[in-house]
Amino acid sequence: MAKKVAFLQGNEAAAQGALYAGCNFFAGYPITPSTEVAEVMSAELPKVGGKFIQMEDEIGAMAAIIGGALAGSKTLTSTSGPGLSLKQELIGYACIAEIPCVIYNVMRGGPSTGMPTGPSQSDVMCAKWGTHGDHPAICLVPASVQETYEEVIRAFNLSEKYRTPVMVMPDEIVAHMRERIVFPEPGEVAVIERTVPTVQPEQYKPYDTSFGDVPPLAAFGSGYKFHVTGLNKMQDGFPTTKAAIVQAEEERQVRKVDGNVDDIVKYEEYLLDDAEIVVVAFGSTSRSARFAVNEARKQGIKAGLFRLITFWPFPEKQLLALSKKVKAFITPEMNLGMATGVVKGVVEGNAPVHGIFRVDGEPINPGQILDKMKEVK
Amino acid sequence: MAFDYEKYIRPGKLPHIWCPGCGHGIVMKGLIRAIDTVGLKKENTAIVSGIGCASRLPGYMDCCTLHTAHGRAAAFATGVKMAKPEMDVILVGGDGDGTAIGGNHFIHACRRNIDMTYIILNNKIYGMTGGQFSPATPTGAKASTTPYGNPDAAFDIAKLAIGAGATFVARGTAFHANQIDKLIAEAIQHKGFSVVEILDDCPTTYGRRNKFKSVIEMMNHLKEIAVPVKAAEKMSPEQLQGKVLTGVLYKEERPEYTDEYAKVIERAKGAK
Ligand SMILES: Cc1ncc(C[n+]2csc(CCOP(=O)(O)OP(=O)(O)O)c2C)c(N)n1
Ligand code: SF4
Repeated sequence: MAKKVAFLQGNEAAAQGALYAGCNFFAGYPITPSTEVAEVMSAELPKVGGKFIQMEDEIGAMAAIIGGALAGSKTLTSTSGPGLSLKQELIGYACIAEIPCVIYNVMRGGPSTGMPTGPSQSDVMCAKWGTHGDHPAICLVPASVQETYEEVIRAFNLSEKYRTPVMVMPDEIVAHMRERIVFPEPGEVAVIERTVPTVQPEQYKPYDTSFGDVPPLAAFGSGYKFHVTGLNKMQDGFPTTKAAIVQAEEERQVRKVDGNVDDIVKYEEYLLDDAEIVVVAFGSTSRSARFAVNEARKQGIKAGLFRLITFWPFPEKQLLALSKKVKAFITPEMNLGMATGVVKGVVEGNAPVHGIFRVDGEPINPGQILDKMKEVK
Repeated sequence: MAFDYEKYIRPGKLPHIWCPGCGHGIVMKGLIRAIDTVGLKKENTAIVSGIGCASRLPGYMDCCTLHTAHGRAAAFATGVKMAKPEMDVILVGGDGDGTAIGGNHFIHACRRNIDMTYIILNNKIYGMTGGQFSPATPTGAKASTTPYGNPDAAFDIAKLAIGAGATFVARGTAFHANQIDKLIAEAIQHKGFSVVEILDDCPTTYGRRNKFKSVIEMMNHLKEIAVPVKAAEKMSPEQLQGKVLTGVLYKEERPEYTDEYAKVIERAKGAK
């Protein structure tokens, strides 16, 4: 049987991906350029018995998806820059309380209200450092409508698997462009569910590390009584200030991601085998980069593309290895050097890193990247 | 036989953090008796709070307890209730938590009329952070951030709840301890968003700055200002000066949010 295909916008694909992943709870607050996700979810979720709620603000939406997740649902919120800033305190809450949930953030110009309809890639640092304190961070940066669909499914899977919030961050171009998308059959893409406890309710501890770094999570209302807090906690979920426990728990929370980088990091290598000049790019910028690489090859420049699909954790190992073989990196991005700074840190001076930055609401075009290649070759 | 509070207290989690003379413990006992009266199942009851001395209450209760972030209890609880409407959801928090930083979530929970009970422990001050003024601090009162007297006007929390659309609103005091459980029990049994404001005291950060020589004086003050709604009907405006009404202040039947959403699901399924 032929697969189902459609011509969809990135945001619509995100909503469809969430539904495929089993999302049954959405809470949000309208904001351009992400609102289509809420609109699709408001129509589709009740059809499958799921819940949609428009909250009074983004903080409320973040709170509601954590509450919903704790009651056993797979939850999603969608937003953009200013809303992401508002959600930050509670993203930290989900990190420390270890509640799975997915935050879909479309990157528009910032700071503040910035350029609501202009594309940007300037929220990637906010994805890692937006909330205070040390915490795990997973951020996925799709570059096409199909990939947005797939990465939203992966975000749910990672979130459930590691009991931590996961962000998906397309730029506005990816979120609003329309492309053909091929839907997987039900069951074709694996859907991961969180591990729930099998111990008796009296024995249950929500942070019982005898089960490993990712302890089983019971749902409220499933027969288990337990405590959840945003304070540093012990295995039974109650607050503690005992130095050794706080240190160990903080390290475990971060280790859930840092210790599983190979499982989480996803990237694409394009014409890298003999590449001397490597463009490191993500989102819609990587599409311009691919075009530029193809042009460069025609002109005899040995160019290649390393495309980030996972932004956090950053593919440090891969880029460090690459840096020992290449002449230069080019890092085009719609911000003033966020990924560039990370790449510079990772490659330890093995190769120069040349940024191309744009924050004027215009995409980075292939010509700009090609020009830079010629300049540095 | 004496009432068995231990049945609802989490083993090993006492003593509590509250100061001697703090009214929060009186409210907790009232809540426990109310839960017992209504017959709520512990594993099916979520108790959700924000941050503050009052918000530490859920930790002592042997239920599904969620200690959230400052001001956000109503929004977290809305998520829990939407996901599992069959759960009984009770919110607990201070006046600062609920009406300052959490004011937005509070009024919208009232407006939605989602079936939860919100107990606001109003000690007129930010106790946990050492006595800064809250939206419930009376004009002129002293707080650590109003050394010259509070220039702000105070909220009437119960009126705020009624105005925002809560369908059951009651007020009691920590002095009238025997009434607390009755008000809370009625609130829990009410279908819709119910608010119970309990005027209590914070001797540590409010009393000492505002010329209350002892906890007893603070309690006596609560006794003096409280007028049951029935009694108030026969009193003149002059007699009611400086008094607060107690008892069930407002009650109305209105469609409940999760019921309404169940209808949305039916309509959506029908539209397929
Ligand atoms: C976002 C945020 N802002 C400020 C605080 C600091 N804070 C903790 S408790 C509190 C006030 C609590 O007062 P109230 O809710 O009236 O409860 P009480 O302590 O009096 O019982 C404040 C301001 C915080 N924890 N989080
Ligand atoms: S500071 Fe005030 S509110 Fe907090 S426990 Fe002490 S008396 Fe109670």
